[in-house]
Formats: sequence, C-alpha cells, structure tokens
Amino acid sequence: MNPLAIIGHGVLGVFRSAGKVGLFGMRGIVAAFSPPWYFSQFSAQLLRIGYFSLPVVGLTAIFTGAALALNIYTGGARFNAEQFVPNIVVLGITRELGPVLASLMLAGRVSAAMAAEIGAMRVTEQIDALETLSTDPFRFLVGPRIAAAVISVPILVLIADIIGVLGGYSVSKLILGFNGALYVHNTVDFVTQWDVISGLIKAAVFGFIIALMGCYHGYHSQRGAQGVGRATTNAVVGAAILIFASNYVLTTLFV
Amino acid sequence: MLDITDLTETPKISLRDVRKSFGSNHVLQGVDLDLSPGRSLVVIGASGTGKSVLLKCILGLLQPDSGVINVDGAPTTRLSTRKRSRVMKKFGMLFQGGALFDSLTVWENVAFRLLYADGVNRTTAKERAIAALSQVNLDPNTADLRPAELSGGMQKRVGLARAVVTKPEILFFDEPTTGLDPITADVINSLIRKQVSALGATALSITHDMLSVRKIADEVAMIHEGKIIWRGAADEIDDSGNPYVEQFVTGSENGPIKVLAR
Repeated sequence: MNPLAIIGHGVLGVFRSAGKVGLFGMRGIVAAFSPPWYFSQFSAQLLRIGYFSLPVVGLTAIFTGAALALNIYTGGARFNAEQFVPNIVVLGITRELGPVLASLMLAGRVSAAMAAEIGAMRVTEQIDALETLSTDPFRFLVGPRIAAAVISVPILVLIADIIGVLGGYSVSKLILGFNGALYVHNTVDFVTQWDVISGLIKAAVFGFIIALMGCYHGYHSQRGAQGVGRATTNAVVGAAILIFASNYVLTTLFV
Repeated sequence: MLDITDLTETPKISLRDVRKSFGSNHVLQGVDLDLSPGRSLVVIGASGTGKSVLLKCILGLLQPDSGVINVDGAPTTRLSTRKRSRVMKKFGMLFQGGALFDSLTVWENVAFRLLYADGVNRTTAKERAIAALSQVNLDPNTADLRPAELSGGMQKRVGLARAVVTKPEILFFDEPTTGLDPITADVINSLIRKQVSALGATALSITHDMLSVRKIADEVAMIHEGKIIWRGAADEIDDSGNPYVEQFVTGSENGPIKVLAR
C-alpha cells in the first residue's frame, strides 16, 4: 500500500473518531441539561464520582502539596528564595496541580468504572432493553453522568486545593522550620480569586472529559470481556490525553 | 402455506423488502412479513440466518439499509427518539439473556417503564410489579432481591413480567428458552402462551427450539439466508413440504441447509 495512503487513512480515522466523540459529547450535554431528568441516576452518580472519590483525591493532594513544598524549598535555596515556598505552593496547587492531578486520578477511577459499567450493559443488551422500555439511554445513562461529573469534579478540586496547601504547610512547618502563622499569611495574601476560579473552570472541563470518555467508550464497547476491557483502557487513556491537551489550551487562555 | 394477501385487516406489523448488511455480510436480503393482530408468529431459522437482526430492525434497535417497517400501518424506520419512545410503549420485549438491570431490584426492573417512562409513583409501581411477578409464578419475596441472586429461569420470568406489566399490544420474545433446562423451558413457554392469550397481544418470537415453536406459535415462518422462505400454520409444520423446514424440524445434518465450520 502507498505510504501516503496509509498516512491519509490514519489522519481520516483520527478526524472520524474526533467527529464521533464530538457529536456524542454534544448529545450528552443536551441530555444532561434538558428534561426529562433522572434525579435518582444523577444523585447516585454524584455520590459515586464526588463523595466516594474524596479519599483518593485527598491523598493525592496532600502528598503533592508536601512534595511541591520540598522541591520549591530546594530550588529556592539555590538563590536564597526559600521564603517563596507558600506563594508558589498555593499558585501551583490551585492553578495547575490540583485540577490536573485530581482529574487524572478521577480518570483512572471514574472513567474506567463508567466504561466498564456501560460496556457491560451494552454487551448484556441492557442498553437495548432501555430503548424498548421507552427510555432514551442517553438521557438515562450519559446525561446524569456528565452533569454529575461537571458539578462534582470542581468541588473535589476545591477540596484538593485546600488539602494540597495544607500538605505544603505541614511540611514547611514541621520539616523546613517555617513559621506557621507567617506561612498562612503569605498564602492568603498571595493567592487571588482568579487563581482558584481558573482552576475550578479547568476542573469542570476535565469533569466533562472524564464522563465523556467513560460513557463514549462504554457505549461503543465491542462484545465479550475483551471488548469491555478495551473500552475501559481506551476511556482512561483517552481521558488522560484530553485532560493534558485541554489543560494546555486552558492555561494559555488563563495566563 | 399462508398467503400474505389473505390478510384483510391492517397488519399489526408489516415488513416490505427489508434489507440489512454489515459490510459484505448481507444479513437481511429482502424480508417481507405481515403479522395479524392477536396472532403469535414464531420465526425459526438456523444460527446466523438473521433472526436477531430482523427482530432488532422491527424494534428500531438497528436501522435497516432499505425497506419499510410499519407498526399499525405507520412507518417506524426513521422516527425521532421521542416518537420512537411512543411507539415503544406498544411493545414488550423479553431478551435472550433477560437484560435485567443489575443495579436495580427485581421489582424496580419489572416496574422500570412505569417508574421512568410513565411517571407512576413508587408505591403503585411496586404493587403492579408484584402483581406481574405473581402472574409469572414468582413469589412476592423475590421483589426486593437483585437479579444476580436469581436463577436463570427466574431471571427469564422476571424479564417476562417486565415485558407484560404495562399490558403492551405487541410482545417480542428473543430465544426465550435458550440456556434453560427442558422443564424450566416448558414453564417459560407455558407462561408466554398464557400471557399472550391473557393480554390478547400480538406476539413475534424468534427461536430454534422446536418445543417452543409447538407451544407458543399460531403461525411459523422460516428465515434462511436473509429471506422468509416458508410460512404456515403451526400445525402444518410437520407437513410443510419444504425441504429446509423439514430439515430444521428433524434437526438432521443432511439436507439443503449447510452448517459451515466458522
């Protein structure tokens, strides 16, 4: 086969997939934010994505904040700038590491679970059953998951921001010998509303990506255990890549 | 053999030249079929001849490439989601594997349409679900169990209760006895016959189980290579005079139907 044809085939395939994901996402948004709403599904997803993800997000944030403080201290010490640890920790956590790392953890936990659950429903004909029971699978399965993720991920990231800063504070006070009151003062004085809000906007976008990838790959799962397994892997990988790519775009817009 | 032109009233379901392919695999190659109100038609055929695809096309789960499918005289192939949802209210479907929702209890499965599509309150919906469960000989104590806690036969009965709870006009059965022991299969066949008669519903089943055919069919149609090749009354099936039907009924490996090693 002509090498150019192979490249062209691949490029067309990427555009075709992007188009399918885009259309799926638009349909998902319409399903999430227009009636009929399935509140029991929405609240169940809110609980699963939000509440049950708190431990993993909290642990990620506290260790990230702590490690960040140590690294900034080490780097800052090279040009006598150790006093900037609180400022850079809060900036790094709220604008970048809080949203990105929390969302990556959620991609592993939530996207995978969604893809596996919806994929299993696909192969056992439960999605077909929904249609025969006069229920639009998009509104019943996809919409509530997207709405719950877009709402709960920013809340999780806000909590991750607080815990991450607390991690930096703990290391700075207990290991690096910072004055606790001064650390808090510097943090609060330095951080702006926009630092936090821009991180939360990112989190909402990442939440959408997490739910979209989980639902899309689960919905289009192939038959058999292998098909569901592949859907789960694709959901996590797809979510992670899209989170990194959209993070760059959003950061460019927000700086 | 029955002639479709014998039908004088509007068929409940009507298919004309329905075709469906997956790539180079031409599964349905021009299916014509009519189903009269109140009749139970069973479509038989070897594995891979297009029975499930036919059913999914009628249900709207698959879009045929060409042809016309009418329900009560109205075309259903290109409907919006909302309109399709309305047509679906006429249907009750028993899936081959039950297709029960694992995350819901048995009664919530049975009452699913009542709860989520018809807006019936939970108390009334549960009462109706338990009544439907008793119609398929299931104890009310099963209502609060999860589908995973039930045997295969019980799951089929829950699926049947879910199909009939809203008293639909048309019932579909996809391989209703597959995977069941002969006694449980006979129970399911009897329940299907009983429910279809009680509701006065039109029924379309697909199966390759001849015991099911003899128990639940008023009429039988045979599909082969994507076309209906024979249709007749259930009691004519042993004297069809059609070599394909004869081979299928006797289950012989010798005959015009060749099973290819895949």
